[in-house]
Amino acid sequence: MFWGRVVLELITISTLNGILFGMLLFLMASGLTVIFSMLGVLNFAHASFYMLGAFFGFQISRWIGFWPALFIAPVLAGALGAAVERFGLRRVHRNGHVAELLFTFGLAFAIEEVVQIIWGKSPVDFRVPPSLDFPAFRIFSTNYPAYKMFMLLVSIAIFVGLLVVLKKSRIGLIVQAALTHPHMVGHLGHNVERIFMLVFGVGTALAAVAGVIAGPALVTQSNMATLLGPILFVVVVVGGLGSLPGAFVASLLIGLIQTFAVSMNGSLAGAFGPLSPTYAHTWLADIWGVTVAQVAPIMPYVLLVLILIFRPMGLLGTRET
Amino acid sequence: MTELTSRVAPPYPPLSERLKFYGIWVAAALVLLALPKVFSSGGALTTFSLIGISIIFSLSYNILLGQTGLLSFGHAVYYGLGGFLAIHAINIIGANKLPIPLPIVPLIGGLTGLFFAALLGWVSTKRSGTAFAMISLGVAELVASSALILRTFFGGEAGISANRTKLMRLFDWSFGPQIQIYYLIAAWTLLAVIAMYALTRTPLGRMCNAVRDNPERVQFVGYDPHVVRYLAFCFAGFFAGIAGALAAINFEIANAAYLGAVQSGTVLFSTYIGGVGYFIGPIVGAIFVTVLSLSLSDLTSVWQLYFGLFFIAVVTFAPGGITGLLMMHWPLIKGGTFGRVLPSYLMALIPTLAMLAGLVLAIETVVHYTVNPGDDPNIKAFGMNFNVSSPTTWIVAFLLIVVGFVTARKTWSRLALAWDDALKAAREKGYHT
Repeated sequence: MFWGRVVLELITISTLNGILFGMLLFLMASGLTVIFSMLGVLNFAHASFYMLGAFFGFQISRWIGFWPALFIAPVLAGALGAAVERFGLRRVHRNGHVAELLFTFGLAFAIEEVVQIIWGKSPVDFRVPPSLDFPAFRIFSTNYPAYKMFMLLVSIAIFVGLLVVLKKSRIGLIVQAALTHPHMVGHLGHNVERIFMLVFGVGTALAAVAGVIAGPALVTQSNMATLLGPILFVVVVVGGLGSLPGAFVASLLIGLIQTFAVSMNGSLAGAFGPLSPTYAHTWLADIWGVTVAQVAPIMPYVLLVLILIFRPMGLLGTRET
Repeated sequence: MTELTSRVAPPYPPLSERLKFYGIWVAAALVLLALPKVFSSGGALTTFSLIGISIIFSLSYNILLGQTGLLSFGHAVYYGLGGFLAIHAINIIGANKLPIPLPIVPLIGGLTGLFFAALLGWVSTKRSGTAFAMISLGVAELVASSALILRTFFGGEAGISANRTKLMRLFDWSFGPQIQIYYLIAAWTLLAVIAMYALTRTPLGRMCNAVRDNPERVQFVGYDPHVVRYLAFCFAGFFAGIAGALAAINFEIANAAYLGAVQSGTVLFSTYIGGVGYFIGPIVGAIFVTVLSLSLSDLTSVWQLYFGLFFIAVVTFAPGGITGLLMMHWPLIKGGTFGRVLPSYLMALIPTLAMLAGLVLAIETVVHYTVNPGDDPNIKAFGMNFNVSSPTTWIVAFLLIVVGFVTARKTWSRLALAWDDALKAAREKGYHT
């Protein structure tokens, strides 16, 4: 009876956290996917805009409070993103895709340095706003914080909003068309350059929203882009480059896998008993003793390799590059 | 058949060309031999050793990026694994008194790189372009994170160290002093450079170029681009492993940083800054970036920011890298019209330098206020003394940036016009590339 409750509690909490992390990933992956589909460039600095969102949010909430920061920080980061597209990427575009990718790579490097210069290397004290600092509900013995529910609601609201814009509005129609036939959209006479700038700005702003709401819950530090960036790229490759539904499925999948893995403490030693003493000091002991929770950080990459072996195009991908 | 080959194969080069070709390699060997005689200080020897390692690593990276068109964000994996295996090999050889001298150890590193490239490469090279870049990043993260889990083999955060002098002596060299390590690295550098140059001349090297330029056409000819990419990947892994083993021998330690994203980024930076379009490009880049990172860190505390900005500038304005930039001038110099662009160059140089000086001034001022606000406001950066608390400094920085930028734009467009003129004149004289 007791164990059943513990397992049930674990499953409920991990599912909630997993969906939350997955939705956060999708906030970023959606912008990344749309930018990639339209501009043909994978924005290596996308996670850096997530970081900028968190730091802008931190600074602005210090000055005028969290709620204005929730709106101002993404707008600022989005404006910065649009400027990067207008004055940087557009110029680099004629040097080819490799140059574009490298440009964003250099940008990610520079942004991290600038953030380190301004806010330092250690984590900043970005707190949950007092109005949301209470437990939302209680599952068995665990209090689930209201702020996490708020994060979940914000990401779901943006997800729904994005869906409505994409499916119902004219801009959404163009973006959708550009997902599959990027050249045709240009041939139809739309101001492609302005749409590009807009999409880039909105995409980076979405990443910044994720940064502002994740900042107080996770650690706001100058290495957060480096930590999250690779997982983000795993999401878009696993989902299939350029596929929005794919990115959604992959985001949730990776979010769930990682949170469930973190909460599990089993190891080979736990399952099959301790290793015989003859091997205790060899590298086999490392594999034997490592817990599932310790392996959690490499889970997304293992998934990436597996997907590449069995489904090189990604889960729902159709395009070659 | 013989008729066909004589028509298809390029004519055998005349004696003078061949002499020139072999002369370059002999000259390179002589320079490597003579360098420690000219600069004999310990610091110089260490720098040369680092440059040698970086040259091998960058050239191995260029097998992927320049020759095959594969942008990898995880090349340090093969470098790092080569380094770790070399350290373990030194320890095992030393403990068991095996008859293997130190100069052979880099080969062990190379074979390790080859083994892991062969293992991970098949999956990695399934896709090209952006997907390959992301996959290489994912695989690199996988290996780097695993390295922290497998503590016995990778030594955790501290790494694994070894003593390189405990191995079998060769010609009575203990390989303790840096000068002997320098010669070891120089010899391996020369060997690796020759081997990698030879690789670009083989049919495989040519197919790599073809896969880079037009993979669809390669399929029509009857080759599998995936196999060609895989082979290029294996060779790149082999030479990266050699570089990693040399680094491990040089520092007598291997740690998780060898495999990490920073190492992968550095090799990408030096290769691209040097220029991926020419064989010599990565060599130039390796020398340039190593010297720059060693000297800039003495000049300013935020050298990595300058480094990143410099890289962005190269990607934006000179996608051919330093070598590409220099080679652009070749037809002008040969055609004798370089003198026409020289005045425009000088004119463009002044506002550009002014703008850069303003930028540096602004960055250093901001850095002073955010990183060490309590310190003395009279700071020194790049050998200049200035007071960051005085408004004059801010106004000067602002004016330099704005005026410099506006003037530089005008002078650069004038330079572009002069350039077109000069190039046209050179072309009329019959000098092309």
